[in-house]
Amino acid sequence: MATWRIIDHPILGAAPADRTVIIDFDGRPVEAIEGEPIAAALMAAGVASFRTTPVRHEPRGVFCAIGRCTDCVMTVDGVPNVRTCVTPARDGMIVRTQHGLGEWSDSGCGDSN
Amino acid sequence: MRRFELAVVGAGPAGLAAAIEAGSAGVRTVVIDENLKPGGQLFKQIHKFFGSSEHQAGTRGFEIGRRMLSTLSDTGVEVWLDSQVYGLFPGWTLAVNRGDRHEKVQADRVLLATGASENSIPFPGWTLPGVMGAGAAQTMINVHRVLPGSDVVMVGSGNVGLIVSYQLLQAGANVVAVVEAAPKIGGYGVHASKLRRAGVPIYRSHTVLRATGPGRVAEVTIGMLDESWRPVSGSERTFRADTICLAVGLTPLAELAWMAGCEFIHNSRLGGFIPVHNREMETTTAGLFVAGDITGVEEASSAMEEGRLAGLAAASSLGRIGRAEAESRMQRVWDRLCQLREGPFGVHRRQAKDDILRKFEVRAGDCATSEKPAAGKECAG
Repeated sequence: MATWRIIDHPILGAAPADRTVIIDFDGRPVEAIEGEPIAAALMAAGVASFRTTPVRHEPRGVFCAIGRCTDCVMTVDGVPNVRTCVTPARDGMIVRTQHGLGEWSDSGCGDSN
Repeated sequence: MRRFELAVVGAGPAGLAAAIEAGSAGVRTVVIDENLKPGGQLFKQIHKFFGSSEHQAGTRGFEIGRRMLSTLSDTGVEVWLDSQVYGLFPGWTLAVNRGDRHEKVQADRVLLATGASENSIPFPGWTLPGVMGAGAAQTMINVHRVLPGSDVVMVGSGNVGLIVSYQLLQAGANVVAVVEAAPKIGGYGVHASKLRRAGVPIYRSHTVLRATGPGRVAEVTIGMLDESWRPVSGSERTFRADTICLAVGLTPLAELAWMAGCEFIHNSRLGGFIPVHNREMETTTAGLFVAGDITGVEEASSAMEEGRLAGLAAASSLGRIGRAEAESRMQRVWDRLCQLREGPFGVHRRQAKDDILRKFEVRAGDCATSEKPAAGKECAG
């Protein structure tokens, strides 16, 4: 499946024709609908793992999708621990898999792991 | 510092209903919500609501949400989004993170309509990507229109588990199985029947034993439980699935009520610790009201009714509605609430809610002298 987006829906109808933008996920371009959560864009691209844990380096992904559990945090435009399920995607955003607690970056080019 | 007569925390069904009542009565009201959009969980509910026409039965949740927002916009109520209330101090002062700045709000009355969060259960592999709350999956498919995976195992057969399973089918996913630890299906038969007609097996007296990866969920093993809830050896069954949804209950989000020093009561049927309140939704801390899932997990219809009660009570206490009118309007709301708490599912919730009202009155010590109907007798029968 090229995309996990729900194009047609029996109740909600056809997907609205919203503006698409490109975000940078770990160095590769990923299409996002402007304003949708970063997590939705990544999920639509088939990404499941958003970060790794500090001690055992295990993968974690979206768990609550409403900004409470912090399992989906990533480093976004150089800022670590951004809750991607409630942070809107903007064109040109630099989104990095976060390792452990993440690191601040002045360059805006993601963390330094 | 901004001043309001009423600050409502949470723009879900309860908070919006309260704000509509209070705002329509001329109460200077602000609704504060941490999300970017108002409506709480209403906009992910694409099924038709139950109940009578008074409860907007037959109308889908997101349509109800649209109507409420439209009504609210005529009342002059301010809605602050992307705004998180992180502090609540007597008097009342609310500390708010509003976008990237900090604001203080002064309010004569406060309503907490903060909702609930999803529970989880641990099992080997439960932290793998692909394991998520059923509500999380519902948000993804119905609000953001993205499938969390292609093959889903649903854990829990309450109404959330059943409804989200069906909505996953509508969104184009394959629901491999619904797994229920109890011997009986938890939710309404009508929802279970729709799944069964679609060919989804519902395994009762079964639980998820483990999920394996690597990287994300790839296989899910379930097993039968005996009468002591222990796995029966040899009953294991493994499915290929990339997603596990957990529909294992919700817990009221009551942090701000704890902060304000409210008295609590524990009720496992309603989801855990709940701020004790009276029939007008006022807590043991005068001027602080609660409505919706924070008062015990039910569904959106009763959350809206409780919001109306709280909005009317707050407006009345602020002198914006006469006492007699408020009483009669609240009685009509109670009549509808009682209807929602009937039947084999509702009666248990009603009894649990009665316990909360009773605790409030026992504490207040006015059982014998109160002119109001005695707590626990809001609903006849």
